[in-house]
Amino acid sequence: MGRGLRWGAAAAALVLLIVFPQVVTQPFPRHVMISIFLYAMLAQAWNLLAGYCGQISLSHAVFFGTGAYTSTLLARHLGLSPWGGMLAGAVVAVLLSQCIGYPVFRLRGHYFAIATIAVGEIVGTLMINWDWAGGARGLFVPIKRPDSWMNFQFHESKQNYYYIALALLLLALWVTRRVERSRLGYYLRAIREDQDAAASLGIPVAGYKQRAMALSAGLTALGGSFYAQYIFFIDPESVFPTSLSILICLVAVLGGVGTFWGPLVGAAILIPLGEWTRIAFGGTGKAADLLVYGALIMLVSVIQPGGIMALAMRGRRRTG
Amino acid sequence: MGDILLDVRGITKRFGGLVANNDVSLQVEAGELVGVIGPNGAGKSTLFDLLTGFQTADAGEVLLDGRDVTRLRPDQISRLGVARTFQKLKPFTQMTVLENVMVGAFQKTSDPARARMEATKALDRVGLADKAEAHARVLSTGQRKRLELARALATRPRLLLLDEVTGGVDLRSIPALVALVRELNAAGTALVVIEHNMGVIMDISRRIVALHLGEVIADGTPAAVGRDPRVIEAYLGHAYVR
Repeated sequence: MGRGLRWGAAAAALVLLIVFPQVVTQPFPRHVMISIFLYAMLAQAWNLLAGYCGQISLSHAVFFGTGAYTSTLLARHLGLSPWGGMLAGAVVAVLLSQCIGYPVFRLRGHYFAIATIAVGEIVGTLMINWDWAGGARGLFVPIKRPDSWMNFQFHESKQNYYYIALALLLLALWVTRRVERSRLGYYLRAIREDQDAAASLGIPVAGYKQRAMALSAGLTALGGSFYAQYIFFIDPESVFPTSLSILICLVAVLGGVGTFWGPLVGAAILIPLGEWTRIAFGGTGKAADLLVYGALIMLVSVIQPGGIMALAMRGRRRTG
Repeated sequence: MGDILLDVRGITKRFGGLVANNDVSLQVEAGELVGVIGPNGAGKSTLFDLLTGFQTADAGEVLLDGRDVTRLRPDQISRLGVARTFQKLKPFTQMTVLENVMVGAFQKTSDPARARMEATKALDRVGLADKAEAHARVLSTGQRKRLELARALATRPRLLLLDEVTGGVDLRSIPALVALVRELNAAGTALVVIEHNMGVIMDISRRIVALHLGEVIADGTPAAVGRDPRVIEAYLGHAYVR
């Protein structure tokens, strides 16, 4: 398939996505699409650090929660617009990521992943006990009427949330493409493949991991602020849980780690599946979606550890 | 006599009870080609690790152009113009050959187009241009050696440390690799070459440093080092010393 044809297909898909909420007006399908965009975006942010740079983080919920809490707290206490809060959340998440990364990037391989789990648990526990920030009860986003772009609140329909989520996804894709094509992208991949060889060629390894982490954390926080404005309620259990960190990772792994389209493909499969199992099993099977995720991950690991993108590449080579 | 580029002053490195390098001193002049020989376990690769920041000496110092680099990180030393290859090759296997070399070329430019051009030149020099688009994992050992060499060259080093140029390479490829090393040296790059193939090392070096059990036991012309009784003893045992 030629380059032109591929971009043509991508452009056609984008037009379809833009038209979708004009045609489909029921809230549920819109909600599923918004969830796909959000998780694809989060998984892409995770992919920048874990896929391209090879640093498996299992605490990305920390940055998601940071975004959600920063914009919500700023709105509650200072009346700041959620748009400003979103940017502030990204800045706080970047700073936090540098504080976490500095000691943790001294560890290699699995030890890094384990350390991030610890970080996630610690931050989650801190948030539950931080009364000023709502503690375990959580926080409501102050409701403003009428609906307006300025206030980043839409109570009448999900349409505008749909477009904002789509824009966030496009932003994540754009950042990833920029990284891929620049020196940064080459350096991140070199670090993933062999740190010693990378260092011997003049790459300050720790510094570049920090950069990848900053980008990844900042993007993830944008998703967190969006979530808060979309749901209107946040608590540690909804925005800081390790299960969210794992889900972000699963989406990317299923689609294809370290590939450009992998996170989007993963989200497009996993998120509707999760919604469907939740509906099909209702309250009786609270963890049914997790069972399905688990089964899928096992399938991917056995059949093609490179994810669906690798499977697609293999298929293309065979036919082409 | 040229200027002294690398000045190693009495470096010692211990791993627990093992002294891998003991009070090792040597100098490399700009544009010189120095061979390093020694039986397995003599401390040759440790010496390279100490010179490039992958290990830090317990005592002694390493000076580059008179500047103390003993405690610098590998990437900092690389940026001062010292490149190396590894005995155990470390290609970026999920990248193409060209991309591998571009990573090296990015040290001097952040522009991908320029890095691509520089990398292509480096691949040309090592005779690997026709493999540019191949994945690094499909290369033979000899080709991988050339790849590592091209990657190191793309950083435009003043001093190049080669850890075993011909080890694991089939016999037919050796002359071309030797010619390449000579060519690089003729172009002005100073080289320190670890090599087990005595024919090769005696042929290309103007000076040879012999290591044994972490210590320098000889330092001189190939002919002198080849006759040195301590070198013969280190390799063959006492019975062969006349």
